[in-house]
Amino acid sequence: MSDMTPKPNLSPGVQTQGGIGSAPVPVIEHGEHSLHDEHEHHDQHWLWKYVFSQDHKQIGKQFLITGILWAIVGGTLSSLFRLQLGWPEGTMEWLKPVLGGWIQAGKLNPEFYLALVTMHGTIMVFFVLTAGLSGTFSNFLIPLQVGARDMASGFMNMLSYWFFFLSSVIMFSSLFIETGPAAAGWTIYPPLSALPQAIPGSGAGMTLWLVSMVFFIVSQLLGGVNYVTTVINLRTRGMSMSKLPLTIWAFFLTAILGILSFPVLFSAALLLVFDRSFGTSFFLSDIYIAGQALSNQGGSPVLFQHLFWFLGHPEVYIVIMPAMGMVSEVLATNARKPIFGYRAMIGSLIGISMLSFVVWAHHMFVTGMNPFLGSVFMFLTLIIAVPSGVKVFNWLATLWRGNIRFTAAMLFAIGFVSLFISGGLTGIILGNATLDIQMHNTYFVVAHFHLVMGSAAFFGLYAGVYHWFPKMFGRMMDEKLGYIHFWLTFAGVYLVFLPMHYVGIAGFPRRYYAWTGFDAFSQFADMNKFISIAAIIAFLGQFIFLFNFFYSIFRGRRATQNPWNSTTLEWTTPVELGHGNWPGEIPAVYRWPYDYSKPGSESDFIPQNVPYSQTKSSNLPYEQELVD
Amino acid sequence: MNPSETLSEKEIGLGWHPKRVLLVLLIFSIVMMFAAFTSGYIVRRDEGNWREFDLPASLLINSIIIALSSASMQWAFLSARKDEIVRAKTGLIIALVLGLFFLVGQYFSFGDLVAGNTYFGGADANPSGSFVYVLMGVHAFHLVTGLVFLAVVLRRVLKYQVHSRAMLSIGNATLYWHFLGGLWLYLYLFLLLNH
Repeated sequence: MSDMTPKPNLSPGVQTQGGIGSAPVPVIEHGEHSLHDEHEHHDQHWLWKYVFSQDHKQIGKQFLITGILWAIVGGTLSSLFRLQLGWPEGTMEWLKPVLGGWIQAGKLNPEFYLALVTMHGTIMVFFVLTAGLSGTFSNFLIPLQVGARDMASGFMNMLSYWFFFLSSVIMFSSLFIETGPAAAGWTIYPPLSALPQAIPGSGAGMTLWLVSMVFFIVSQLLGGVNYVTTVINLRTRGMSMSKLPLTIWAFFLTAILGILSFPVLFSAALLLVFDRSFGTSFFLSDIYIAGQALSNQGGSPVLFQHLFWFLGHPEVYIVIMPAMGMVSEVLATNARKPIFGYRAMIGSLIGISMLSFVVWAHHMFVTGMNPFLGSVFMFLTLIIAVPSGVKVFNWLATLWRGNIRFTAAMLFAIGFVSLFISGGLTGIILGNATLDIQMHNTYFVVAHFHLVMGSAAFFGLYAGVYHWFPKMFGRMMDEKLGYIHFWLTFAGVYLVFLPMHYVGIAGFPRRYYAWTGFDAFSQFADMNKFISIAAIIAFLGQFIFLFNFFYSIFRGRRATQNPWNSTTLEWTTPVELGHGNWPGEIPAVYRWPYDYSKPGSESDFIPQNVPYSQTKSSNLPYEQELVD
Repeated sequence: MNPSETLSEKEIGLGWHPKRVLLVLLIFSIVMMFAAFTSGYIVRRDEGNWREFDLPASLLINSIIIALSSASMQWAFLSARKDEIVRAKTGLIIALVLGLFFLVGQYFSFGDLVAGNTYFGGADANPSGSFVYVLMGVHAFHLVTGLVFLAVVLRRVLKYQVHSRAMLSIGNATLYWHFLGGLWLYLYLFLLLNH
């Protein structure tokens, strides 16, 4: 980073931004001392600069790289079990060099199949789409977009990453132990997960899973309290809550959800640890294993489900809301239009956040709950369609008659909206208790949540990476490769998950290692093969992204300061970012973040730090009053 | 630039120091954890197969100790605000020692529970009793973190780094200590009413 003297582009007057238009730039004076501060940071030892860094940008990149590595692992696992599902009679002897003892007589070990599904879910939900998505972008964007030098506590932020790293190491090591990793599903329902005698995966693998998750929760809490505090306390002058970019609103509410829901998972995990290792019976009662009665009495496995889903449901919003925020930002920037219904977008985020805490039992309609209770949760669940609908219509209205620029980020943002609609509609079906009881253990549910939460959040992640890559690494990603990556992924996702709805409605059961013993399902052999081929092609397509990402870090085209002509504060920083973000004074904020194509304005965007006094021609009457 | 558009130096947020906000958020997460435990307790109790247990009388003594400790902490805080550093020091030391007494008392209460045939685990245990140990144990863990916090503040007081214009650390410690005391009183009342 030291090869270039930071040249803040803050000179008075109009500056050429390249591309569509130019924006007036505010006059900001900065003192001499600022460059001296900058200099001091160059003397840091590399260990403190790159490894134990307390700089939010570095921590964000650490989360991103770790998340990418986890995504490769999670995707590989899914390819393995798709091989099994697509070719149940085929031999897997050729995988023996990699999987070793998990291949027996040319077949995948059934216990290992369960472990693959469990670890795929755990890795994707927690390590990729929670830590990799909100960990990356909350860290990277919050201080830059609210106008702060760093997070409220850089030290706690660093701890947050290293607890995540520790948790990752433990979870990863569980893949290599003899009894295999946890295999009771990512929801780890007891008694299956509580009794080591039940399946091999409930032995040491489950212990490592629980220990890893405890560290993961600590990491999330340390990160979350930091994000919230930064948004509340460290906003720059003028950045009122009603001028925050929607990304920040989304990260802010996501962090609040995490602070309130992860401790509940911690409680559940702790009680499960006691049941497994200390002889308590919180979740165990009346169990016979191999003809032997266990002494555990009085426990309730449904209690675990309540505790788990009290986290588990907000967790899916923890996964999707950062993607929603980033997509709003990318759509508005590349449609060159203000986001439609800014306040409604904030209101719907708040609505979704609050509702997310009162719908958890819709995951438990088949536990034999009181039908009246079920209908209450059903009612609350269906209400979520209202704020979700508000968001979808606002995104579509933002695109409507926009001057759309199809950047790679924009394609992924539009893809997100598409997937969110397709997956969300089946959510309305599954939210109905009567329909859910019919579909619960079929691939319909798998298809639903992979579209609305899994793939959509991944698309949000990709949109974010393509859009903010220039700010992260000072270089551009290749657009052409981005297009190929997008179309392979977009087509792949639909080719995988649309047929899954179909086999799901036909009753095809999920979680089964082999379905060849059932005549009713043999007719879906072709369909399963098709899904598997599509899934593996889509997975291989991600390597185009990986190549593009790592190549562009070192060899990409140099980025300009504001390559997308965007309005938010992070684009007022120099291309080469130092610790402290702005070499001079932090810019003040005068307007909302979506002044795109404002009538009367010379340029088609006006950054947030441009005062109304410099934009007389485009001011609305009430804005003009502020300067008169 | 026109004066009517000039802005204040920085957005004031809640008007709290960032460290205070961090602490309050962490307190919320602890609240959620105990909300999960105690609501799980009630849900579990209402499902039946619930063995009643007797709360040891020693818990009442422990509760009084932790309340006194909180009062002493408050005294230390008010004294520091009036720059009466010696009193602040005394108050902190009393709060710390009473906190330690509370922990020891809780340990002896575990013994009383066992003597009353309420077990944490094993063949004779029922979730009712196990819950009591979990609630007391997890609270005790947080109390240890509180004691560490108090010790750090005490060290700052001894170095004369706490006074009427440097109240942040002792203020945060007081808030956390009151929270832990209040949390225990809640748990005690909860167990009294719902055993």
